[in-house]
Amino acid sequence: MSKPPVMTRAIERGLAPLKGRRASHLLPRARLGGPMPWVIAIMVALTVLAAGGALALTNLVDRARADLAGGVTVQIVEADPVLRAAQADRAMATLRDLPGVGTLRRVPQAELEALIEPWLGGGVRSEVVPLPALIDVRLDGEVGDATLDGLRSALAEVAPDARIDAQSDWLGPVFSAIAALRWLAIGLIALLAFTSAAAVWLAARNALNANRSTIEVVHLLGGTDGQIARIFQRSVLIDAALGGAVGLVLGAVALTVLGAQFAALDAGLVQGGGLGGFDWLLMGLVPFAAVAIALLTARMTVLASLRKML
Amino acid sequence: MSRSEEEIVRFDNVGLRYGTDKEVLSNIAFSLYPGRFYFLTGASGAGKTSLLRLLYLAQRPSRGAIRMFGRDVITQPRENLPSFRRRLGVVFQDFRLVAHLSAFDNIALPLRVSGVREADVQKPVADMLDWVGLGNRADARPATLSGGEQQRVAIARAVIARPDLLVADEPTGNVDTEMALKLIRLFEALNRLGTTVVVATHDVHLLRKVPDSLIMRLDKGQLSDPTGSLRYPPRNPMPASTPNAPRDSGR
Repeated sequence: MSKPPVMTRAIERGLAPLKGRRASHLLPRARLGGPMPWVIAIMVALTVLAAGGALALTNLVDRARADLAGGVTVQIVEADPVLRAAQADRAMATLRDLPGVGTLRRVPQAELEALIEPWLGGGVRSEVVPLPALIDVRLDGEVGDATLDGLRSALAEVAPDARIDAQSDWLGPVFSAIAALRWLAIGLIALLAFTSAAAVWLAARNALNANRSTIEVVHLLGGTDGQIARIFQRSVLIDAALGGAVGLVLGAVALTVLGAQFAALDAGLVQGGGLGGFDWLLMGLVPFAAVAIALLTARMTVLASLRKML
Repeated sequence: MSRSEEEIVRFDNVGLRYGTDKEVLSNIAFSLYPGRFYFLTGASGAGKTSLLRLLYLAQRPSRGAIRMFGRDVITQPRENLPSFRRRLGVVFQDFRLVAHLSAFDNIALPLRVSGVREADVQKPVADMLDWVGLGNRADARPATLSGGEQQRVAIARAVIARPDLLVADEPTGNVDTEMALKLIRLFEALNRLGTTVVVATHDVHLLRKVPDSLIMRLDKGQLSDPTGSLRYPPRNPMPASTPNAPRDSGR
């Protein structure tokens, strides 16, 4: 110890950021040791599942609505097969001449029998169980009450036993149920986001308490609140990114398996509920949203705690 | 230059109480001048650490006014305080080394907090480690260092950034007489470079080691200044033999 070292006086007196590796070293590393990455992974996986479900239901409803948009079913409910056929023929002729009617199709008897076969079995004789004549009408525009009233008045003379329904009405309750499910999924996503934020808040508070002496030292050496918050944000960023990536993979695998199971059902309505490229892109954003929520929560928690110091 | 412009720290009628207890510091009034060496003495419980906490801005006083580097620190918004703290060096009584950082990284901390480029951190820190005799313990964690070695790391950290004001709380408490003298010589050397030094100690032998030092004595929370040298220090602030003139503290 002969003389003091020559110390450069090149110290910035401004409030420079403390960042990068040297900042991250200020907190002890506990990557994957703590529960944070796993909590975030589970939250992201569940969010991806909920989002995937909501998007699939949306697609299903949209496609079903599009399919049924201009659809009207005319039933001739007449027990006498001769009268029924006559009314059906006249109804077909009348409808064909009406403006706004796109396509018409009289559902063949064999198809009608196939429709009821699961309930009544095959070989049902029409004179024993009279089946109505069905006419599938496609209109050029949307089907509203006025359109239906117009059709009813047009057919009132020629087919007095005709019953006319918009096809979308049949699925109205189904659409309502699906809409409720979609809201449920959105609610779940909001709850999961809130729970993620709460988990990060708890983790940040624990980390603050565990590192309080380090924080106080950095604070008393002139570290700004922003500098100290960034140290935590960096730590949380790595944890959240790891958790988000694992969660996305878990969620995507689960969705793919579920999608394959539903596809195997081969049911018309369910078939419309697949996920498109844009849907997968949206779900790919879930981990980024989780990281953003984690960073914001950590920053706010740390800053709130630091403000209690002078 | 008037005396009020010269002073680096000024306490006026400062009082401090914790909670609703009686004041641990009462009517503290003094000024610190650039380039001077102060000892703060007093029995245990006299309020030395409390006064130092006010000095290194870890605590707001309950009443009174504190000016530092020509500005009122009591009314400063919180976000301005780091710029004050970066002009201070603090040796804490309990060292407060960061447990998971090496001796090197602990000493480098003030430079890194201040935004010094990494390339400009290496040599000063290595020099400082040599200076406090820990050149071969750069990578050691505080837990593996003896009490005296930890204290030297704490002192090195406090002086590495060439503070305008160095505040040391019992800095020689855990070292032998020889090391205590060396550390005091380090503070003197820093003092000759212009840093104002305040050393809290109950070791009266130390006071004689720095002949030109000024004594601040605390007794039951009251600061005594029998000679008036704290308010009105001698005209010549530096020993005649000192080669370096004090720095201009006005930045």
